[in-house]
Amino acid sequence: MAPLDAPSSGLELLAEETAPVPAFSTGRALRRIRWWRGIVLVLTAAFFLIPIYAGLRFSFQGVNGHFSLSTLKELPKAQGFTAALWLSTRLAIVTVLVAIVLMVPTTVYVHLRLPRLRRMMDVITVLPIVIPPIVLIAGVLAVAPLWLKSTPYLLSLMYVILAMPFIYRSLDAGLLAIDLKTLSEASRSLGGRWYSTLLRVVLPNIRPALVSAAVLTLAMVFGEYTMASLDLWTTVPVWIVQFNGAANGHIQIAAAMAGLVVTWVVLTVIVSLDRSQRRRARG
Amino acid sequence: MDTLEATAPAPDAPASGAGAGPGVRRRSWWRRLGPGAAIAPFLLYSALGIGIPTLGVLYYAFRGNNGGWTTGNVSAVVHGIYLIGFENSIKLALLTSIVPGILGVFVAYAIHTSRSQWLRRMTATASGVLANFGGVNLTFMFVATLGSTGVLTLWLAAIHINLTSLGFHLYTFSGVAVVYMYFQIPLMVLVITPALVGLRPSWREAAENMGASSWRYWRHVGIPVLMPSVLGGMLLLFGSAFAAYATAESLTTGIIALSPIQIGNFINGNVFSNYQNIGYAIAFGMLVILAAVMILYNYVQKRASRWLH
Repeated sequence: MAPLDAPSSGLELLAEETAPVPAFSTGRALRRIRWWRGIVLVLTAAFFLIPIYAGLRFSFQGVNGHFSLSTLKELPKAQGFTAALWLSTRLAIVTVLVAIVLMVPTTVYVHLRLPRLRRMMDVITVLPIVIPPIVLIAGVLAVAPLWLKSTPYLLSLMYVILAMPFIYRSLDAGLLAIDLKTLSEASRSLGGRWYSTLLRVVLPNIRPALVSAAVLTLAMVFGEYTMASLDLWTTVPVWIVQFNGAANGHIQIAAAMAGLVVTWVVLTVIVSLDRSQRRRARG
Repeated sequence: MDTLEATAPAPDAPASGAGAGPGVRRRSWWRRLGPGAAIAPFLLYSALGIGIPTLGVLYYAFRGNNGGWTTGNVSAVVHGIYLIGFENSIKLALLTSIVPGILGVFVAYAIHTSRSQWLRRMTATASGVLANFGGVNLTFMFVATLGSTGVLTLWLAAIHINLTSLGFHLYTFSGVAVVYMYFQIPLMVLVITPALVGLRPSWREAAENMGASSWRYWRHVGIPVLMPSVLGGMLLLFGSAFAAYATAESLTTGIIALSPIQIGNFINGNVFSNYQNIGYAIAFGMLVILAAVMILYNYVQKRASRWLH
């Protein structure tokens, strides 16, 4: 366990300073800290940015080595790509629908009537993180009936399970942030039935949580490889791996980068929206 | 709209509790089934999607070729190539939890103590995004970086550094480890930042008032307080690396001996074994190891939560 000793020496060097109380930092120590932090940040940035640069460069490089959109233009024409994209899209839509119909009423009901069961929900929804997808799909393929195994939507049903942890956590946080009890009592005292309370009062109030849960689910479905490849369905990630890169290896990289960039942009927007919302809520 | 009569008593006592009020007389059928009925679909779905497959794995792990109970699969798994698979998986998970764990603490500390609000916000967002996405896309990004004609490979070749002669091969163990860091470091930053926020400046001031050097502050206050959170974070990273399949499979095309990949090869029918159900026994072994990790994690979490609120 020798590596565990490492942080002590490093942290000691970093330790001279705590940002909120600069009064304790002498000039020399501060310089040393900045120097250290600079190195850490530059190396980290290099590790995370160089692969992105490399991936983009491969995606935008023509045959003569200059900038070109030819690889990206070839992508939709590549054999099997549109079919894979269409399959992934259908799976994503079904996954999001099933997940929302299953998780939203349950989570709302638990918050409203059975807060004692929140602990149980926590435990159940953390299981898909603990149990590896490879083990889950092995079990599913062993026990699922043939009619279920012959449809790609078995994947959607399993993706709902994989998405449960972050959907539940997102909805849970969203529901904790609103005064659910007062809202639903107000709705019921005005004569609203449970479904109109859910659809017209609760849902609009947790819309940000719902949107971020749905987007995370979409991103997960479009990137999931383990279950799709073992269930023998050619979704986009499976297509990328199986594509014959000998002809044009750049196409695989361009497809992968397109997936990453779209996911990153969408998630960054979601995370930033989420943060600005929380800041507004705080006051 | 619903009947006006039903809502008539309500306006005077609108907040009279959820169960009383207008709903009492006209209970809808689903509510009469009891409070559990509303979450029954969720429980059923979880049982079918998580419980049954897991039990299926356990069941087949102990079934012989011609039916009947046996421990043959499980004892085959702790020998030979499958034992090597577990060893490699554990080695890989240890390497990619300890190293990114330590680096993650450094990065998180460097950012936490930075005065740049922008830097802090950007790192939080970036870690949240990067920690979630390994898999195939990451593999191909690294092919573009460290593959035989990768950008970084060519840069290093230009200054006469040959990674292959240094023992680095993208499509083997070392490559998998480097690619895993790409999502493990952000995961550690995410996990450890709340613990760093929980290190109160007043503790440090108290220590300095009593004449403690910076080293003594870290030795007796900082590190003991952070240690459970750091270990907890590393256990999470261990679980995430140990269970990962997609990145390792797509990078090595399934030739590396790791337990998840051996299960994958088994499902694909690429395995010839005297034991038909050997794949389920490997899966069972993975579950046992992950259960141990979770028990440890719960323990250190309890220790960690003593300081963090």
